[in-house]
Amino acid sequence: MTPLTLTVNGIRHELRVDPRRSLLDLVRDTLDLTGAKKGCDHGQCGACTMIVNGRRINSCLSLAVSHDGDEVTTIEGVAARSAGEETSTADAPALHPLQQAFIEHDAFQCGFCTSGQICSGIAALEELAQDLPSLVTVSGEGFRNVEDADALLEEELRERMSGNLCRCGAYPNILAALRQVMEAQR
Amino acid sequence: MKPFDYVRVGGAEDLAQASAGRFLAGGTNLIDLMKHEIETPDRLFDITRADLPTQDLASVEPREDGLRIGALVTNADLAASEQVRRRYPVLAEALLSGASPQLRNKATTGGNLLQRTRCPYFYDRARACNKRQPGTGCDAMGGFNRMHAVLGTSEACIAAHPSDMAVAMAALDVRVETRKADGTKRSLSLDELYRLPGDAPEKDHVLDPGELITAVVLPAQVPSRQAYRKVRDRASYAFALVSAAVVVELDAGRIRNPRIALGGVAPRPWRARRAETRLEGQAPSRALFLQTMTEEFEAARGHGHNDFKIDLAPRLVADMLGELTETTHD
Repeated sequence: MTPLTLTVNGIRHELRVDPRRSLLDLVRDTLDLTGAKKGCDHGQCGACTMIVNGRRINSCLSLAVSHDGDEVTTIEGVAARSAGEETSTADAPALHPLQQAFIEHDAFQCGFCTSGQICSGIAALEELAQDLPSLVTVSGEGFRNVEDADALLEEELRERMSGNLCRCGAYPNILAALRQVMEAQR
Repeated sequence: MKPFDYVRVGGAEDLAQASAGRFLAGGTNLIDLMKHEIETPDRLFDITRADLPTQDLASVEPREDGLRIGALVTNADLAASEQVRRRYPVLAEALLSGASPQLRNKATTGGNLLQRTRCPYFYDRARACNKRQPGTGCDAMGGFNRMHAVLGTSEACIAAHPSDMAVAMAALDVRVETRKADGTKRSLSLDELYRLPGDAPEKDHVLDPGELITAVVLPAQVPSRQAYRKVRDRASYAFALVSAAVVVELDAGRIRNPRIALGGVAPRPWRARRAETRLEGQAPSRALFLQTMTEEFEAARGHGHNDFKIDLAPRLVADMLGELTETTHD
């Protein structure tokens, strides 16, 4: 067993962990935060997406012990994270704006991929705001300067969300939810 | 997953025993292979927080007019690097063509180079695979081999190298810097790093056990026209059927210093050196591009499902050369 300090949704945990344990299994089975889902367990579906030190990752492909000292946000913590670091969970809004938008746009059917979609979507919007490139815009002028900005933005969001699969096919509504939050943030 | 000893590498002193295990960086391929019990290391050396005094693993920095990329720089950070986007756009495009945003946030420069093939028979322990278990045969031959290689293969293995990043790096003539367990250093080209399968397909590369990639060095770049293009079965998040990185200069209407690397067609990023030699100094024409690349693929051998690559790859590169040199005529 290997000692591990991990902060999850603002709460610091001192743990002893089997080095084989994935971050996903640790968070779900030891910390009882079951929002993140185990879909494929091989980094292909995105249902396990968490935000670690500000970056979205597949928690199934990550050994928990390799995250010593890291800060993890799961779907259970995104609302508090959106309200800022100083907000305690008790004072936090019930939902992150993207969670609210998913409800308004009916951006799911079975819901299994939803936690991953939302964590990934929150990080994707942050990456866009930081002007981090995607394949769609890396060589061009950027979607803000292009005439058919609407079509390019659609392509851009699809590319940026390609790591999250939805077997129910809720993609159009997921994209609508993302666009609503993106436009509100501008 | 088989049990293993986990070692957090702090400094160089922790690397002395590294030949007894495997290095863990982003883990996006290694952890998956360990779940499948295709990789079963006794000891895992986690280098994600390693600090080597003279070999910075974590940053991108200018060096002798080129660029030195620490081995732990993530694919996402490298693609976002202003230096890379401005001076080596082919590399940024290749990086962003690979995997998904989540994977690029973890996958590292060194790990990307050393990732294993995604041949489905390599991953399926119920099937014969000389790369996974030498001497058992190759079920990809005569099997479902749409994704497989047509150049540089052997009777033992037709697996393709999966990286996009490495294809761009091949066209940029990078050097790979390594550090052996005893502290000695060396520098390799990608052609020196990767071996062709021959009769030992289990060995992807020439690195010794415990030898760590510390950096990739991009040489100085004279202003050139660069592009990366990837043909795949869906628009995003899929491995290449065929991809190509092309770097070329034009001088008084003549092609200068063309560098062409292909992905998805060989066990390693494939430099089309014969075509490059033929194109040097020529006046660009679409017919010349297609003819030259078709000749490059004369030695190619398809295995049924992947025969189309032998036509697709030359056409892809010819089209890219046409676009980069603004050539519309035959």
